[in-house]
Amino acid sequence: MRILVVGGGTGGTIVANNLARRLAAEIRARRVRITMLSASDRHMYQPGLLYVAFGQMTPDQLYRDQASLLEESIDFHVDPAEQFQLDQNRVVTKSGKVHEYDILVMATGSRIVPEQIPGLAEGAETFYTEATAVKMFKRLREMQEGTVAVVVGVPHKCPIAPVELIFGLHDYFKARGIRDKIRIKYHYPIGRIHTIKEVAVWAQPQFDRMGIEYETLFNVGEVDVENKVVRSEEGTETKYDMLIAIPPHRGMETIEANQLGEGGWIPTDRFKLTMNGHDNVFVLGDTTNLPVSKTGSAAHFQAEVVAENIASMVKIGTPVRDYDGKVYCFIETGHDSATYAMFNYQNPPDLKPPSKPMHWFKMSYNQMYWTSVRGLL
Amino acid sequence: MSDTKIVDARDTFCPGPLMELITHMKQSNVGDTLELLSTDEGSGADVPEWVNKVGHEIISNEKVDGVWHIKIRKAK
Repeated sequence: MRILVVGGGTGGTIVANNLARRLAAEIRARRVRITMLSASDRHMYQPGLLYVAFGQMTPDQLYRDQASLLEESIDFHVDPAEQFQLDQNRVVTKSGKVHEYDILVMATGSRIVPEQIPGLAEGAETFYTEATAVKMFKRLREMQEGTVAVVVGVPHKCPIAPVELIFGLHDYFKARGIRDKIRIKYHYPIGRIHTIKEVAVWAQPQFDRMGIEYETLFNVGEVDVENKVVRSEEGTETKYDMLIAIPPHRGMETIEANQLGEGGWIPTDRFKLTMNGHDNVFVLGDTTNLPVSKTGSAAHFQAEVVAENIASMVKIGTPVRDYDGKVYCFIETGHDSATYAMFNYQNPPDLKPPSKPMHWFKMSYNQMYWTSVRGLL
Repeated sequence: MSDTKIVDARDTFCPGPLMELITHMKQSNVGDTLELLSTDEGSGADVPEWVNKVGHEIISNEKVDGVWHIKIRKAK
């Protein structure tokens, strides 16, 4: 059985490690082989970028060598997949190497596309890459007074990030003693301040307490960089001194180039996590077109289901369980408190009051992630 | 005009039906028709509110067996 994992992010790495342990005997007996293809020899802890944007972490703290995170039995190649020949169970890489498989795991992730909104890439700060997170922190340090406007592209990775950003901005300027000189205005695409109703109901009084202004039904249409004005598709505008954007995302270019899914998102069965029409192709994390949060947490829980099902297919010839839509998101509510949102397809989150211990747990998880991605936690 | 594209956002809390619809609207062409399926009680009002504000067109909006079926035409 040849298992090919395409993508070395959170989802792909957990699947591969989990499988390597579940199928250790089969791998030793040479009945199973696990191969991973990735575009990078490094693995980034992406949630750490928010801390970089506030000067609380440095970029070097976000990385580990990908090979060091993988079980030794995994055949790892830094050679990204370029052609997917699903009808022949073959993948061709950038270097031209052909990988044949019996089971394919697609975990290619997503990318930011700020260029899709006129002026956004030039006019807005963001924290979704190492370089832009560092740049955003430098801009924050320069701010002495004026309006910080926050806008949110659709779709985007980490739906909690806009809210965490607001809490972080409030605490950052408060700590510098200039909060009274900074106006913070938050803009959100739908008719409340967060897409999860329970989060919106919980966050709104917090925003009021912090003096955050907000405008809903605001989808970013364009940024007038010269005049420092951001305009919405709905016909409104805000003048800013510093603009921070949660950038819109798409799936990876290779998914679109191979016509595997509109927008780069692969049509996926929400319970089986298989690609529609391809029972031997599993899809997880940001790569799916599922109406599920694009987060490392979703990728993690999906990876456990995918790995268990592939292992059981090897051992007993059938998958054994469905993905229930589980997601668990920490919510940093400033620089010294946090809460969380846990939900699945059937049950909405029940938010608890923020606490310091939950923030400490999040800070611990920032290190525990490396255990988690090895499939040990 | 192209065929109606189904956006199945039943039983989802995040990103939620309206956010799903906006994602698919951005991927669609002017003149395309999308049908949003939602089990969120608020969709019957929330979705038309956004569609009307941004300037697209509601073709139909009905609840069948606990599921909102909202058809929208992309107008711009």
